[in-house]
This record gives sequence, C-alpha cells and structure tokens, in this order.
Amino acid sequence: MVRSMIILAQVGGSTLETLLTKLLDGMALGAIYTLMALGFVIIYKSTQVLTFAHGSVAAVGAYLVAYFVTIINWPGRYLTSLPVTLSFVISAIVGVAAAAVVGIVIERMFIRPMVGQPLFSIVMITLGIDIILRTLLGDFVGQGSQLDIGAPWGIFSVTKINGVIIPHSYVATIVAAAAAVIVLALFFRSRTGTAMRASAFDQEAAMAQGISAGRIFALAWAIGAALAAVGGIFGSVPPRGFGVNQTTPFFALRAFPAIIIGGLDSIIGAVVGGFTIGIAEVMAGHYLSQFTDTLGIGFNNIVPYLVMMGFLLVKPYGLFGTKEIRRV
Amino acid sequence: MLEVANLEVVYNDVILVLSGISLKVEDGEIVALLGGNGAGKTTTVRAITGLLDVHEGDITKGKIEFKGESIEKMRPSAIVKSGITQVMEGRRIFAEMSVDDNLRTGAYTNKDKASVLAAFDRVMELFPVLKDRRKSTAGYLSGGEQQMLAMGRALMASPQLLILDEPSLGLAPMLVQQIRDIIVGINEQGISVLLIEQNAHMALSIANRGYIMETGKMVMDGAAQKLLGDEDVQEFYLGLHGEEGERKSFRDVKHYKRRKRWLS
Repeated sequence: MVRSMIILAQVGGSTLETLLTKLLDGMALGAIYTLMALGFVIIYKSTQVLTFAHGSVAAVGAYLVAYFVTIINWPGRYLTSLPVTLSFVISAIVGVAAAAVVGIVIERMFIRPMVGQPLFSIVMITLGIDIILRTLLGDFVGQGSQLDIGAPWGIFSVTKINGVIIPHSYVATIVAAAAAVIVLALFFRSRTGTAMRASAFDQEAAMAQGISAGRIFALAWAIGAALAAVGGIFGSVPPRGFGVNQTTPFFALRAFPAIIIGGLDSIIGAVVGGFTIGIAEVMAGHYLSQFTDTLGIGFNNIVPYLVMMGFLLVKPYGLFGTKEIRRV
Repeated sequence: MLEVANLEVVYNDVILVLSGISLKVEDGEIVALLGGNGAGKTTTVRAITGLLDVHEGDITKGKIEFKGESIEKMRPSAIVKSGITQVMEGRRIFAEMSVDDNLRTGAYTNKDKASVLAAFDRVMELFPVLKDRRKSTAGYLSGGEQQMLAMGRALMASPQLLILDEPSLGLAPMLVQQIRDIIVGINEQGISVLLIEQNAHMALSIANRGYIMETGKMVMDGAAQKLLGDEDVQEFYLGLHGEEGERKSFRDVKHYKRRKRWLS
C-alpha cells in the first residue's frame, strides 16, 4: 500500500496531465470533505449545534465496515460468489445505517436533555462524546495500529487516459458524494424534508404545524452521522487511507474549513467549500513540494486552514452563509 | 367544543401571566378574544396549542378541554392532529420556502394524499391570490398575501377549530376588510374560529360572542352585539366617547376615571 502512494507521488513534473491527475485527486479528497461538511451543516441547521463528535462518528462507521470486511468477512462469507466490491458496498450500507443509529442515540441520550441549555454546554458535550468514542476506537483498533478495511476498488487500480491517472477508488468516492448530494436534494423536497427545512427556519412555527421538533432533531443527527460515516469509509479505503486508525476522525476536523468557507448553514456552501478545500490541499501538496526545505513537511495539511483564515477576513459568514447566523 | 376553565399560566416559574381565565368556543362559532398589549391573549393561545414549553411557560392550574378531551398535557403535534390549528401572531411564514412548500408543511400531520389535495383546493378557492404565486418565495409576498398564506397553511391541516392571533396586525384597512370576509368564509365551511384581536371593531362585527381580557384576567364577556353597545368597550376599544360620539376632553375626565380599568 505504501508503494501505491509512492507511485502517486512519482507523477511529478508540471505537465497538464499532472494537473488533471492532481485535480482528480483533489476532487476525491474534496468529496470526502463535502460528505463531512454536509453532515455538519445539516446538524447545525436543524439543531443549532456544531458537533465536535463528527469525526469519531465517522470513524465508528468506518470501523464497523472494516470489522465486517476484515474480521467477520460479512456478507462475503455467506455469498461467496459475490464480487468483492459489491460485498463491500453491502457492508458499507450496513455500517452507514449503524452510524445513523449511533447519531440517534447521541441525540436522544445527550443532546435532547440539553435542549434550552446554553449552546456552549451542548457543544462541550459533543466534545466529550468525541473523546469517549475516540478512546473506544483506540481500544478496539489498538493504539498506533490500524484495522484493514479491504480494497474494494483495488489498492491501486487505475485507468490511464492520455497520461491522466484515474484511480478507481477516487472515482467511487466522487460518485458516492454526488449520489449523497442528489439523495439529499430529493429528500429536502419530500414531506419530511420540507418539514425539516421549516423547522430549521422557525422551530416554533413548525411546531405549530404539528411538526415534532424532537423527531426532526433525531433525524438530523441520523443523517449527519450517516454522511460522516460515508466520508469516514472513503477516507479509509486505499489509496486514500490504509484502513481505520486513530487518524480517521481527523477527516472531520480537516473538513471544518470547508463549512467556514461555504457558510455554516448552507448546504451548497458545504459542497463548494468541501471541494475547494480538497483541491487546495492536494494542489498545495504537489506544487509546493519543491519548497519543502522552507515550508517544512506537511505544509499541505495547513493549507485548508490558511484558506479558511483568508476567507474569514473577507467573508466572515462564508460564501453562502446567512448573516444573522451566530459565528463560532 | 373548546373549553378553557380557570387557566393559570406561569412563565419561568415566577411570572404569573394568566390568573384563572375561562372561555368557551361552541361548535361553529366565531369567538373574539380582545385585550390590550400584555393582557395575556397570546399566552392563552400558546396554552391551548401546547407551545408554552418553548417559552418556559407552565400551566399551573385549570384545564383545557377540546371535544371533551383534556389537551393541556398534549404535545403540539398531537393537538394539531386532534383538530386545532393556529395562525401565529406576526404570521410566522417560512420566508425562505416557496408558497407551495409553506402549504405543504401545514398539511404535515395529514398523511392522506386525497384529503391533502382537497384541503389544497379549498385553500386556493379561499385565497385566489396565492394561486399565481405558488412557486414564489414566501418572503417576497406582500403583508396581506403573507397573512393569507399563514391562514391557508393553518387550514391545510383541515382543522375543526382555527385560532387566529391578530390577523389584522399591520395591514391596511382595505385588507383588514378582506381578511374579515375570509374569516367569515372559513367559518361558513363549518370551522369554529377563535379570533384574538386588538382591532375590537373588526372582531366584534363578525363574532358571535366576545371576551375581554386585561392583565391576565377575563374582565367581560357576552354576545358580540352586547359588547359593541357597551359604554366601556366603546370608550376603551372603539374610541367612541359619550352617547353622541362627541369627543370628551381628557381634562374633563375625573382622575379616577382616567385610570379606569375594567375591574375597578
């Protein structure tokens, strides 16, 4: 697996092919950030809570999938003729559903009793949940080690078109994010989705229409957690990641600049911000690699935050954010 | 149909807002609930529709019955399902959403597609203005249209009792007339109406009965015609002074009369 990263890194030079290859890489990373950011935004819009437990929920989802695939070989064990990819997708769907349940449990156990309390307390609670889940993850995976999640799209299966390298795994990531965006768009037109938008806009008026605020809260956490899990899974699948480990939750933290750029309360903003950050990070990693002596290793990791700070100076509410929204 | 008895409401555990009010809405009636600012009209509505929680309010005494069933402990969604909807004070439409989507949220509790469509047709018949604006963003409608949208939204749940909290607020006199006629039209469809108003003249002109509240108490009730003819109501709410309608100089009013309140 390490070898695959070397191959990717070897696409050197500054040709057009390299640019396109890196652009695709950035879009795939951006797709993961988009998924994470969408979860953040949906939970924030519906409950006004900025959750810090997002990354660990994502890791829990990814861990479950890794558990299915690597440890108990489910459902491949029973359906031996099933292609590996399809078997993985089935485990992934179950893992995402389980993450949604985790989201509902968090909402019911920790967030619902706090409704009406200062937002700061609630945000601190999510931070506590994050620490608990991360510790549990460390116990299950093992400190410093990782749980393989399989390689459903090959470790380094690529298609080369005119010198542009297209890893299949990245295509799958982008397709999954696109599918998530489309499903969300359709959902927000449905009866429940409309109710959710109404509740986000004016909760009391929505309650007066017979919309149960509690149900909307639970639903928002379920959707948010599911989106996080999808992001977490694709962040763990090679060659992007090497299975689930203690750094998996950091994808959510790195998606943070995305929601700041897009605006905390904007779905479109999450998509735009997610892709912007992903592409910026990959491009910086490639084109600034020659300045490693000056900038140091891992400069690309702070690029999202630099972009975020630049945006905060010019547009404090993000590209699509509502002005009245309280800043965090 | 709706019976509120001896209702006492306290905000934040200490602020007594309603001290034992009672009111009744019979089947097919329009009942007006009048009172000045801070009288407790909106709190009464919140108590009936279960929205006190949002404002840290509690019912500490008394009961609210709808169709013989006690509803004071029910959740807002259950109350809507049982047949009471409201048009909130200040309209509170979902400004970012389209007119259609606003109406759809109103029908949230109704899962039966055919009856939602029927309700939609009824709303369009009552408010033809909304027909041309179905796709437009609700926030861009004029004040009158927004009020109609709010009323249409409340009607989408096919209620048996409609509570209107100050529908004439901030509307031009012509529009107030129009809203008044629409309320009569809604009532003619067999829907009972509890009309909360500061515009006493408008409310009493269409109501069967009326109640007058002041600082959390009911101070007067009776047939609308009787209230319209009452000297005190005329003086305090309708701005008519004296028998011939001539204006009384404030200087001529005795000190205790200037401070006159309903109970003193």
